[in-house]
Amino acid sequence: MAKRVLIVDDEPNIVTALEFLLEKRGYEVRVAVNGEAAMAEVEAFKPDLVLLDVMMPKVSGYEVCQRMRANPQWRGIKIVMLSAKGREVEVSKGMSLGADLYVTKPFSSAELVATIDGLVSGEA
Amino acid sequence: MSGSAKSALWVALLFAAGLAVPAATAFVVFAALAPSDQEVLLRILGERLPLLVFGAMVLFALCVGLVRWFFADYVLPLGELAEHTRIVHGVNDEMPVVSTGASEVARLAHEIGRLAAEKRRLRGASDARVRDALARLEEERNRLAALMSELVEGVLVCNAEGRVLLYNEQAKALFSDAESAATTPRVGLGRSIFAFIDREQVVHAIEKLEHSRRRGETAPRTRFVAPTAAKRLVKFEAAPYLGGGGEVAGIVFTMSDVTGLLERESQHLSLLQTIAARARSPVANIRAAGESLAQYPDMEPDRRRRFIEIVAAESSALSHSIQEALQAYGEALKASIALEDMRAVDLLRVAEERLRTITGLEIELDAVDEGLWLSIDSFAFVQALAFLATRLKQDYKVRSIRFAVRAIGRFAELDMIWGSAVVAHDALTLWEFEPMSIGPQTSPLTLRDVLERHGGEAWLHREGSAGARSSCFRFLLPVGEPVGAGVRPPPSIESRPEYYDFDLFAHGAPSSDLKARRLGELAYTVFDTETTGLEPSAGDEIISIGAVRIVNGRLLKNEVFEKLVDPQRPLNPASARVHGIDAAALAGQPTIETVLPEFHRFCEDTVLVAHNAAFDMRFLELKEKAAGVRFDQPVLDTLLLSAVAHPDFADHRLEAIAERLGVPVLGRHTALGDALVTGEVLLRLLVLLGERGIATLGEALDASRETYYARLRY
Repeated sequence: MAKRVLIVDDEPNIVTALEFLLEKRGYEVRVAVNGEAAMAEVEAFKPDLVLLDVMMPKVSGYEVCQRMRANPQWRGIKIVMLSAKGREVEVSKGMSLGADLYVTKPFSSAELVATIDGLVSGEA
Repeated sequence: MSGSAKSALWVALLFAAGLAVPAATAFVVFAALAPSDQEVLLRILGERLPLLVFGAMVLFALCVGLVRWFFADYVLPLGELAEHTRIVHGVNDEMPVVSTGASEVARLAHEIGRLAAEKRRLRGASDARVRDALARLEEERNRLAALMSELVEGVLVCNAEGRVLLYNEQAKALFSDAESAATTPRVGLGRSIFAFIDREQVVHAIEKLEHSRRRGETAPRTRFVAPTAAKRLVKFEAAPYLGGGGEVAGIVFTMSDVTGLLERESQHLSLLQTIAARARSPVANIRAAGESLAQYPDMEPDRRRRFIEIVAAESSALSHSIQEALQAYGEALKASIALEDMRAVDLLRVAEERLRTITGLEIELDAVDEGLWLSIDSFAFVQALAFLATRLKQDYKVRSIRFAVRAIGRFAELDMIWGSAVVAHDALTLWEFEPMSIGPQTSPLTLRDVLERHGGEAWLHREGSAGARSSCFRFLLPVGEPVGAGVRPPPSIESRPEYYDFDLFAHGAPSSDLKARRLGELAYTVFDTETTGLEPSAGDEIISIGAVRIVNGRLLKNEVFEKLVDPQRPLNPASARVHGIDAAALAGQPTIETVLPEFHRFCEDTVLVAHNAAFDMRFLELKEKAAGVRFDQPVLDTLLLSAVAHPDFADHRLEAIAERLGVPVLGRHTALGDALVTGEVLLRLLVLLGERGIATLGEALDASRETYYARLRY
């Protein structure tokens, strides 16, 4: 069965590219455009990995991450945080809240996809 | 006329008179005799000639004895008594008035002694009143001095001619450091400010202030930033000091070191410029390609592929250059400049006290790294902690809070830990954006604002497994630089700093002719040297120089110079006994070629003073060439000045003069100790010289040259 990736980002341009690339790679992809929708999709879609943008209105990526990690049922879901903020403090916060990886924008899409492959197959 | 010449003259006169009386009598008798009797008398006298000569010799001896006795018992004691009386009257009424002369002279001395005692009593009474008044004044001065030294900023006040009237240690540190000491002037009272601040800049500041004042501004200010010799970039804030007529009589400068600040600001600026510059061309390329693609959706496949490749390649290049710029300027992105450096433990002690008062919670500090400094806005941060504590108490019934802090790389991890209460995982996320309300007060800031200001972050941190979890609020804050240590000025030799002298306001522009200036208003550098021996021409060398400045009639014990010098030759044990400096103390000290230019700077624009100055000057002059300096200022010698003031005293050693003039002698035989004694002696000698009508430098130099001692020496 195809692995599932949930993309949570409010920026349509990056979502278009990531969705396209991951589908080409054989993932089943869904998109949520804010934190609230993301929580609902985690519940319904049961993804293997969540690509989570930090900067979103209302419920931030940090909070989504924190909520997911607060529920032991979702412990197995990998979380990759994406952010335009790349300072040490933000990376520390993301990792401390339970992210598996913190990727700073801009990034190479090929590298990101390779990293996702690694995380999902349990090799990274 | 000297005493011995005077007594010789007296002997001659007395002897002549003693001979004249019998000779005249003999002549009258002789003239009245008949010629034959005259012949007989001449013969008789001729036969007794040896007896006559003997009589004359006895008479001469009597005359000498008489004159000696008279001089020893009357003339010399009276002269000495007059000198003593003058000293008692003028400078030192504690000196006992005694006489070695005849009983009448001794009685006179006794009576003068009683007068002196009466004068002392009167002076004692008025001194007590003066002391009271001075003590009050002193207290004011101390308060001002203490205030000045507590300020973080440098403060410097100069009069309209640019002479320094007041400064604090911080100002001094901004202008000179150990490295620049030899090449730059020190800040000192009465010194010209133009030596360390550009003259044009000061003149411009005065003009601007004068202009604003004339326009009617009530508190005119002007600012400028300038580099100093100590390689600091200093921000000057100038305000006028208004004279009685409302004119600008001087300038008050407050100074702060903006070296780091400006560096950071320029880093921010160049970061922006770098990013903009690097982004420009890739963005232009992507835009051209994108616009072409959008405009011609049906362009031929080859060209289309080409455009798409351009977009891919350029955007990848753009990503890289932004990443590189951000990495290169990582430091510049650090916290805001509004933050102060503070010891983490101090911050927490303040927070502890405040949280306890506001919330009534039990507050405890646990693991606190004593050596950890934070870069922090302590007020806002403690407010944030108080806000969180208030909410924890209200919403979660938390009863006690602990703090722990440790360094994690360039950041400090500060944990706010509560007991067993289970706090919702999103509590902090929710509180983060609320205006912080603490009791009845609401801050316009949110926790998020405070974190942003610090470039910090905060989150709910959990440890352990689901069952036995402990949680806390974890803050990441920037680490600061330790401050305080080493900035404090070294303790001066006297507790009360003499960092200001407002009497200098009254001084006019210095007269171009130094020799015409009054002794009381000159600036002096009183110095002394210790040497390996007494013969500079035979290779003896200076091993230490000590000096102190006198400005406006005050010995400035804060503005001293004290340096040991490596003589680069073995020490003579005999001289080592005098000054107590041994070879070990001199090892590793700078050589005279380094120290002399520093000393030259120190005594710039002052009159040099030393006791037996010829000796010290010979040592200095022999080294002038090697050190590349010239001491061409006027030189006064306290030995000669003492001889001018007291020609009747024979002893003009420094100890003797000091004792005569009532100068306490402490710490002699160090260069600085002797310089201080010499300085006090000079101040008292100037009073005595004034009584003798010697008022200007020129007159003092001339009088010195004419003294007996000077004639002996030159």
